[in-house]
Amino acid sequence: MADKKYRVVHYLNQFYAGIGGEAKANIPPLIKEGAVGPGIPLQQALGEEGEIVATVVCGDSYFAENIEAAAESVVESVAPYKPDVFVAGPAFTAGRYGIACGASCAAVSKKLGIPVVTAMYEENPALELYRKEVYIIPTAGSVRGMKEAIPKIASFVWKLGLGQEIGLPQEEGYFPRGIRVNQFVDRTGAERAVDMLLSKLRGEPFQTEYPMPTFERVPPSPAIRDLRSTTIALVTSGGIVPLGNPDRIEAASASKFAEYNIAGVDDLTPDAYQTCHGGYDPVYANDDPDRVLPLDAMRALEKDGIIGKLYDLYYVTVGNATSVANAQKFGKAIAEKLKAADVGGVILTST
Amino acid sequence: MVHVASIVPISLTVGANRIVPAVAIPYPLGNPELPKDEERGLRLNLVKKALRALQMGVEKQTVFEE
Repeated sequence: MADKKYRVVHYLNQFYAGIGGEAKANIPPLIKEGAVGPGIPLQQALGEEGEIVATVVCGDSYFAENIEAAAESVVESVAPYKPDVFVAGPAFTAGRYGIACGASCAAVSKKLGIPVVTAMYEENPALELYRKEVYIIPTAGSVRGMKEAIPKIASFVWKLGLGQEIGLPQEEGYFPRGIRVNQFVDRTGAERAVDMLLSKLRGEPFQTEYPMPTFERVPPSPAIRDLRSTTIALVTSGGIVPLGNPDRIEAASASKFAEYNIAGVDDLTPDAYQTCHGGYDPVYANDDPDRVLPLDAMRALEKDGIIGKLYDLYYVTVGNATSVANAQKFGKAIAEKLKAADVGGVILTST
Repeated sequence: MVHVASIVPISLTVGANRIVPAVAIPYPLGNPELPKDEERGLRLNLVKKALRALQMGVEKQTVFEE
């Protein structure tokens, strides 16, 4: 077929590139020649026609904290390799990694004008941020889905590399980008709509031509009028728990939240509190848990009379690949408890 | 509720209505490079900012930058 190989540059985070875990999550973008980590099976799946000429690697925290600058720097690293296709991930449920994959792809596509593709799980928060600009292929929720993900990504890269036309999402297996394409059909909209309605009334399956987005939005709570007479509660998804994590909140994919009494506690110290979150470098939070759950500051404001009272309980879970369904369940349960306790405001902190 | 969040785009995606950008992922309300009192001051200011956000009426998702 093609006598000239198409060139691919691959994006990975520090973990998949084998550089390190959370302790290395702060490294700025760097480039490695050839395929690395998941790039190796990807290269095998691409076969003879495509070649991963380089791999860009960046720490997840570095990227997520400097999205625009990091994406720009990825573009600069990629450009000299003159790739035909840019591919990132797969990121599965990893939120920071998903953002890095999406933002890199979007920037490379915009600045270098080459086709891009990434892959992640449907609940990755980066999906909604980048699906309009970037082809995103669905994967399983964890790295156990790598084996199934690689051939799908490879066949997409192959099509992009050979400049083939990409069809509709349901044919090609990527997340719909919300782009409407004109097409001619035999029957008018009125006829099609009535057919759909009749099917619906008969309880038969039908497919909408214009699916509505399913974001759950809540109306903003009203402003607090008098802070001095209001009880404020602290809630965190950053995993701050009493030392030893007595309720065994999972480091990732949390199945529960917990409440702990902080009455009489003025400061969170390392001999009594720690983080149980598995998605960021725990050194700083373990050294001073107030960096995630600002109890010392709230206590000071309570003493100064700025707030009426700091609520005696705080609520905690781990927001690390936690399913949206679980997160919503926790949120509702926590909100009900706080309302019942006449708490008038909440500061929710996230890492 | 006010969300003090390290990654504002995620906070926007999940639907928080009042958002205060935090310092960094492993230390949203701190900075280990600062001396202890300065770090405590930074945290106090962020919490005050969050409380100010709670005292403001908002119609839609609002990021309190400054």
